[in-house]
Amino acid sequence: MIAQRRLVVIGNGMVGHRFIEEAVARGLHQSWHITVLGEEPRAAYDRVNLSTFFAGKSADDLSLLPSRDYYHQHAIACHLGDKAAAIDRASRIITTAGGRTVLYDRLVLATGSFPFVPPVPGRDAAGCFVYRTLDDLEAIRAWATGRTAAGEARKVGVVVGGGLLGLECANAVKNLGLVTNVVDVAPRLMGIQVDDGGGALLRRKIEALGVKVHLAKVTSELTKRDDGSVAALRFADKSELPTDLVVFSAGIRPRDDLAKSSGLAMGERGGITIDHACRTSDHDVFAIGECALHQNRIYGLVAPGYHMARVAADHLAGVEDPATFSGFDMSTKLKLLGIEVASFGDAHGSAAGCHQLAFSDSRTETYKKLVLSADRKVLLGGILVGDAAAYGQLHQAMLNRIDLGTNPEALILPTIGDAKPAGFGIAALPDSAGICSCHNVSKGAICGAIRSAKLTEVGQIKSSTKAGTGCGSCVPLLKDLLKAELKKTGVEVKNHLCEHFPRSRQELHHVVRVQRIRSFDELITRHGVGTGCEICKPAVASILASTWNDHVLDAEHAGLQDTNDRYLANIQRDGTYSVVPRVPGGEITPDQLLCLGRVAKKFGLYTKITGGQRVDLFGARLEQLPLIWEELLTVGFESGHAYGKALRTVKSCVGSTWCRYGVQDSVGLAITLENRYKGLRSPHKLKSGCSGCARECAEAQSKDFGIIATENGYNLHVCGNGGMKPQHAPLLAADLSQEQVIRYLDRFLMFYIRTADRLERTATWFNKLEGGMDYLRSVVIDDKLALAAELEADMQRIVDTYQDEWRTVVEDPARRARFRAFVNSDAKDESVVMASERGQPRPATWEEKRDRVANLLTV
Amino acid sequence: MSTATLSQLATETTWTAVCRLADILPNTGAAALIGRRQVAVVRYRPRQGAETVHALGNFDPFSQAFVIARGIVGDAQGTPMIASPIYKQRFRLADGGCIDDPSVSLPTWPCRVRDGVVEVALAS
Repeated sequence: MIAQRRLVVIGNGMVGHRFIEEAVARGLHQSWHITVLGEEPRAAYDRVNLSTFFAGKSADDLSLLPSRDYYHQHAIACHLGDKAAAIDRASRIITTAGGRTVLYDRLVLATGSFPFVPPVPGRDAAGCFVYRTLDDLEAIRAWATGRTAAGEARKVGVVVGGGLLGLECANAVKNLGLVTNVVDVAPRLMGIQVDDGGGALLRRKIEALGVKVHLAKVTSELTKRDDGSVAALRFADKSELPTDLVVFSAGIRPRDDLAKSSGLAMGERGGITIDHACRTSDHDVFAIGECALHQNRIYGLVAPGYHMARVAADHLAGVEDPATFSGFDMSTKLKLLGIEVASFGDAHGSAAGCHQLAFSDSRTETYKKLVLSADRKVLLGGILVGDAAAYGQLHQAMLNRIDLGTNPEALILPTIGDAKPAGFGIAALPDSAGICSCHNVSKGAICGAIRSAKLTEVGQIKSSTKAGTGCGSCVPLLKDLLKAELKKTGVEVKNHLCEHFPRSRQELHHVVRVQRIRSFDELITRHGVGTGCEICKPAVASILASTWNDHVLDAEHAGLQDTNDRYLANIQRDGTYSVVPRVPGGEITPDQLLCLGRVAKKFGLYTKITGGQRVDLFGARLEQLPLIWEELLTVGFESGHAYGKALRTVKSCVGSTWCRYGVQDSVGLAITLENRYKGLRSPHKLKSGCSGCARECAEAQSKDFGIIATENGYNLHVCGNGGMKPQHAPLLAADLSQEQVIRYLDRFLMFYIRTADRLERTATWFNKLEGGMDYLRSVVIDDKLALAAELEADMQRIVDTYQDEWRTVVEDPARRARFRAFVNSDAKDESVVMASERGQPRPATWEEKRDRVANLLTV
Repeated sequence: MSTATLSQLATETTWTAVCRLADILPNTGAAALIGRRQVAVVRYRPRQGAETVHALGNFDPFSQAFVIARGIVGDAQGTPMIASPIYKQRFRLADGGCIDDPSVSLPTWPCRVRDGVVEVALAS
């Protein structure tokens, strides 16, 4: 066996975690054994929104992990709370503070940065903090809510640093209820992002919120009280600012000590030197995020760090045409203390010959500045304070060098009267325009997703492309794109079933039930137009079946059934059918197995095991179906409904009966459930699984409903999906008795059947359900809609009226007569030709059978 | 109870009896074998107006399988059609033209009901 290669990531901050997601997206977790080392005891969380922690968000709310066991699910070893202490690059061994040794073949350093604390005397006083981690925040909160030696409440806080991080931190201190001061040596706030005009307005607005701003103040010393706690800041001009708490937030420095001691090349003022591929001076070691120094620059924002994560993952995966890091647009839009600030491109107008246009309004408290090229045609940068709504458009105009026309002033001047606000229109952007820089999503990708997946909401764009889920500054652009795209395709969001029924499936289900409509003809006469079509007929057939449960091949229903239901078998590409008998829970007797083999041999069928613990028999001709079933019925097989939008299987593991680990009889429950819901027609197929313990061998969480046994009963998961868009089934309720499982399932399934659209799986239905799991629980468990009794009764009626569809057909000459290849002949269908492969039959290809079949078209 | 193409027929048209009308459920099709030729015989019953019968080729050019008769019968914007059971392309009952791909069409033959028996104008 070849040992798997080892990839180690040091650091589990935002960028370190993003790297893992990028690695998983490229399948690296399958080709490498990945280990993550993190110093903090928590897995990655959102540091950008740290101040919301004091506004009520929990550590869990801030977590960046898609699910709690994300690393585990992807077989990634994750050691948190254990700092990497040394890297021996010669032997490729990492030693941690906790004494762990970890070997690597490739190493990614994502050690981030630490807050810079100015070297002023007294900075070690109690009550002085930095602002970086959740632990920092907890310490700040503990101090702020504590009491002084004199027994008084702490009232005043000072933040040292008036930059982006300082103001974010000031927000946090303010949220703690302290009188908040901001101190900076610079003469204006956010000196990097805004100019004097913007800075002045920002200061006015911040002071209006009750935060005191002290600019151009050089702190020379922190004075202490007798108990060693901080008493005041003393400035170079001898003035003093008394305080109970100080937070330093005056910039960051790369955390590069580990890299430095391992001998990697460093910048003169720190930072791990990297190239365009994010490689350090050691080919096998990458560095990404705030610890990395690219062309003598440290990037202290999350978006460039995310881009570095992508670049490193591309290079590790060896993808063709990998992304590279060649600097980053540091444009940004923020909301600090509730004030919108945006800064993009050459915000300070440093380009030669550039023009600047500024508009300031003290009434609306807004400041807008544009930096234009010498010919005033192209936007080079700008600053927005107080109202940054135009950021998305302006930023895009800059990136794509869009011609601003003759009147660029209109872009920032307020509109007068009814005039429409100026703008260049989203349509002007090229498809390659990057809309979401956090996730690197282009306009073309977003519009493509809107068209192909028929998206109608911004939320859907977010979940399908990830655009807008980073900093969120592009969300207004997403809305515009969506609007434009929908207008273009003429989509008016209607949920009519088809041209024959101006109603949704849910409405039709309702009228069928309430008006006791029992046939398609009656329904279309009362509620539709025309004759019907291939869309509404199967949908109505399903509604009728899940309400009245008549046989689907009764004369008035037969013509409604889709291909497979029409002949109670699955049509294959050559027009033959496959047969799947029901095997409840996957439990099958030797006699049944023998029967399957006998039937397959007798009728010359190809046999394959399905994913649902059953056997599929392929290649049956139409007229053979009743003959095959005649034999299958003799050993107790029933229809498996593999052909229907109906319950398929309840897959199970062997459970406590045989398995050493099983805690409940999963096979028994699976059989009970499969027998209860067999034959149930639904908007789409229903799959289920039942696992006897938490090892989940039946893969219940990938099913429409899944049960996992616990020591105390059963956990019920619903709305999972495998297939094209896998989705884990979230937990509906835990530790249920078998009776509770059945009661909740009755309600859940009937609720889904009543309300879903046609061909909408439970997972899709759930994703659209407003209120999500809380709402579903309120309906299914708490009975908020007072529907539970009705849903249970509906289900009981279906259960009580179950018939084996195939037995009915086999025993009824009239229905059976329709299983003929030709209405006027008992001849075999000559067009069905088999070839042989691996000792079994398969349909001949057109090429193989052309000589025998093509003349059937011309005779 | 016949399609409009009747008038185009030469006098010596050979009609082949296929089955009783009652053998085909309203708004469904059935495959018939005329010689070695497979014909999809479709019984179309609108909610208003007269019932009609139609004969089309049973071969689905999209899937290259002989399955048209097993499709769902209905209308598209009022035009009577049958949808292939494999990939759901719709074909007009009147002339066999494919609604979803105008470059494709199925052969059609005149079809009528005489004394409760469905006949197709195709020699066996």
